[in-house]
Amino acid sequence: MITTYLFYLLSFLAIMFALMVVFSKNPVHSVLYLVLTFFTIAGHYVLLNAQFLAAVHVIVYAGAIMVLFLFVIMLMNLNKETEPHKSIWLKASAAVASGSLLVVMVGSLKGAASIQSTQAFDPGIGLIENLGQTLFHEFLLPFEVSSILLLAAMVGAVMLGKKSIK
Amino acid sequence: MSAIQIIPIQWYLLLSTVLFTIGVLGVLFRRNAIIIFMSIELMLNAVNLLLVAFSSYLSDSKGQVFVFFIMAVAAAEVAVGLAILMMVYRNSKSSDIHMLNKLKW
Repeated sequence: MITTYLFYLLSFLAIMFALMVVFSKNPVHSVLYLVLTFFTIAGHYVLLNAQFLAAVHVIVYAGAIMVLFLFVIMLMNLNKETEPHKSIWLKASAAVASGSLLVVMVGSLKGAASIQSTQAFDPGIGLIENLGQTLFHEFLLPFEVSSILLLAAMVGAVMLGKKSIK
Repeated sequence: MSAIQIIPIQWYLLLSTVLFTIGVLGVLFRRNAIIIFMSIELMLNAVNLLLVAFSSYLSDSKGQVFVFFIMAVAAAEVAVGLAILMMVYRNSKSSDIHMLNKLKW
């Protein structure tokens, strides 16, 4: 019973904070609301018995990525409301476009009730042991390729961040 | 007791869809390139949440391993994207995407 209430509370908070990310005027406030959204999503992971993923999510997103965003905002000196606003027609068309996307996607979820689980529920699926077995047996090649991706991203970021490129 | 045994999978589908749509709305609505980046992160997280929900529902840990890879790609994307943004800001003194219309036909 308490799980149900927690689900509704976390869902409500996630949607509300996500809307605040989009609609708050100050970019620093947007970043902080996004951190709160990530914490609610981590709460969802805990409810879904994915505890390890929840910890990694908090460390990577709230700890690393959002600090990077804050650094860039402070470097650009954007912590004030200087954004020029789009015209009212562009805003209205953006709202209509995303609203119709929502309607189409919710409409396409009609057949989701027929999805049935074929296996019995296993509460240990999100533990490090099972995840590590899957990661290093079935996904070993993608794991190694992702290290190349991270190396390429690091080289690219350093190249772009240099003062002058000859 | 896991939430997936109590909550129907449709609620998770609905929640992820709403979060994804809010991300799309942010991309279309704002002019600040950093906010657009944050909306893209929001969309990635909506997909992550759905992957974890289905992984838990179908008792298959492959979905959660996919979330790892999405996190790695998101970290790489943010590092390179913010470097590009700093470059744009250094040249144009603005993070407004409407400055970037030189390639427009």
